[in-house]
Amino acid sequence: MATKAVAKPSKTTKKSSVASKSKFSKETYVKWYKDMLLMRRFEEKAGQLYIQQKFGGFCHLYIGQEAIVAGTVSGSRPTDSHMTAYRDHAHPLGLGTDPRVLMAELYGRTTGCSKGKGGSMHFFDKDKNFMGGHGIVGAQIPMGTGVAFAEKYNETDNVVFVSMGDGAVRQGALHETFNMAVNWKLPVIYIIENNNYAMGTSVERTTNVTDLSKIGLSYDIPSKSVNGMSPEAVHEAIEEACDRARRGDGPTLLDIRTYRYKGHSMSDPQKYRTKEEVAEWQAKDPIDHCLDVIKENKWLTDAEIEEINNWVKKEVEESVEFAENSPYPEAHELYEDVYKQTDYPYIKEY
Amino acid sequence: MKTVQFREALREAMSEEMRRDKSVFLLGEEVAEYNGAYKVSQGMLDEFGPKRVIDTPIAELGFAGIAVGASMNGLRPIVEFMTWNFAILAADQIINSAAKMLQMSGGQYHCPIVFRGGNGTAGQLGATHSQSFEAFYAHVPGLKVITPSNPYDAKGLLKAAIRDNDPVVFLESEKMYGDKGEIPEGEYIIPIGVADIKRAGTDVTIVSFGKILKVAFEAAELLEKEGISCEIIDLRTVRPIDYACVVESVKKTNRCVVLEESWPLASISSEISYHLQRYAFDHLDAPVMRVTQTDTPFAFSPTLIDEALPNVARLINAVKATLYRN
Ligand SMILES: Cc1ncc(C[n+]2csc(CCOP(=O)(O)OP(=O)(O)O)c2C)c(N)n1
Ligand SMILES: [Mg+2]
Repeated sequence: MATKAVAKPSKTTKKSSVASKSKFSKETYVKWYKDMLLMRRFEEKAGQLYIQQKFGGFCHLYIGQEAIVAGTVSGSRPTDSHMTAYRDHAHPLGLGTDPRVLMAELYGRTTGCSKGKGGSMHFFDKDKNFMGGHGIVGAQIPMGTGVAFAEKYNETDNVVFVSMGDGAVRQGALHETFNMAVNWKLPVIYIIENNNYAMGTSVERTTNVTDLSKIGLSYDIPSKSVNGMSPEAVHEAIEEACDRARRGDGPTLLDIRTYRYKGHSMSDPQKYRTKEEVAEWQAKDPIDHCLDVIKENKWLTDAEIEEINNWVKKEVEESVEFAENSPYPEAHELYEDVYKQTDYPYIKEY
Repeated sequence: MKTVQFREALREAMSEEMRRDKSVFLLGEEVAEYNGAYKVSQGMLDEFGPKRVIDTPIAELGFAGIAVGASMNGLRPIVEFMTWNFAILAADQIINSAAKMLQMSGGQYHCPIVFRGGNGTAGQLGATHSQSFEAFYAHVPGLKVITPSNPYDAKGLLKAAIRDNDPVVFLESEKMYGDKGEIPEGEYIIPIGVADIKRAGTDVTIVSFGKILKVAFEAAELLEKEGISCEIIDLRTVRPIDYACVVESVKKTNRCVVLEESWPLASISSEISYHLQRYAFDHLDAPVMRVTQTDTPFAFSPTLIDEALPNVARLINAVKATLYRN
């Protein structure tokens, strides 16, 4: 039997008591609420559809972690780029990708954001500078840093967000990359989506240095831990990191403490944690929190809130409809998008 | 005899060898407390304890290298990769270290180590999670490469691999772990490098290995009804290859189709075809045919998967082509 790991929600100010003093506007909270609710409902639906075997493959849900994407998007610019791992549904949703093309991708349809070729783990949306969706743990760390290399090379002031799990930080490529990123002062912001588990393995079972923000220190990368259940805290940390990167002062490492309410993927019996632990984190839910702030400040009427909820519901329903009515790719599409060269001589024998 | 799942056959092989030899141990991601991502190592932590069933961080290059070093120093590690796709990160240690140690040290250091895990396509997992590595690793002198297709072979070959004094790459499949088959109650070992004629026949030889063999069995059944008798050879090991078995069979049937789950270029099927034209040229009544995956990365959508994978219809076509019956 696994020893239960102790994942504690970080101590934040009590629910919504920051509201009145908040530096964030009504518009920001409403956007956070709406965006996070869309992520949540989209994924709840995706989870149901997966269980009904409407589509196959893996399905890793971001449920519980939404505040990270919400705060990152609000704290950055549309010209910045984003790259993450396979737990990638929420990032494009937060960046404004149409949920229809995302649902269609889950369904493997040709109208999907990756033409049905990538699936759940490989969402891409070039229009939103969302550069994937990567299935190999840690692969995005050097790659995303390379995207930042190009931004610097081209003398833009854009930054690049590279997200990874707490398990991914154990890949050797991280260390090689961190060293170059700081040595070359690249405009990259590393986000550890620290949900305390890599599949069934808790952070403390794989390291003696459980404070993951310390990983950046030996490379001289400014690093800190952030409350990932708070879009406010994420936003502020992101803004600070963006300022540093845009000034030309190089990378930042943010260890953002969060929690996935669901299993690692859809087939995880979750014996490695307790129901109490899950409940403790759910009590800090960022969507509930934003709604509380909105209500406390009387920024929206109940009817207006209902309107948002209905809009979200409709978006999700329409995304399913769109996906189900979209065609599967045709056989010849297997030979498209493999090479830029359009007349590549494939071996075809039968 | 008793009926077991593929994963149980593997577990029995590992557990028996660990009981027999204290220097054998298992390490990999989620192998201990989680009982294995695909439950191959279920219960092994309970029996052998955390000293010998070891959970690693997600650090394939690091733990593979640690295992190689341990094997140079008298231990016999079994390294489980969650799938072989992730072992690409560890390929440096498998190819540059383990495969070359004995030769580079002039015979002083050897690496009795087994690298094992799921290989090949496993449904809608996308391009990075669907690759077959038989030809990749078969290319490398210094390695032995095993590709079992059923629980019986899996157990006997894994025991041979663990006892072998050279580095062994052992390719399983997420899609085979639940397959059931009969194995003897007692201990048995299947030698590395010996092919197995899984079905005797007279008209055409089908050469294959690993889970795609199922396609050959199905095709052979259907062809039998049309009066075409297929001999099916399971290579079981793709380095070394039991060329003699293939050549002998083709001398009898005079026709051959190679069925392979992976891509066509520089594949096991190219190798077999070369060998047959070199050593059975006068016995061939038709060009050697092959059925492989399309020459494209494996895509997510079910329609593209159907297009990409070898299937019964394609194999039947190829068999008939060797008989000029199309
Ligand atoms: C190189 C590599 N090794 C192993 C895997 C299998 N795998 C997929 S997700 C995962 C756990 C990752 O955990 P973490 O980085 O914490 O991300 P989270 O799932 O919590 O978001 C593992 C081991 C993989 N995809 N790639
Ligand atoms: Mg994690």
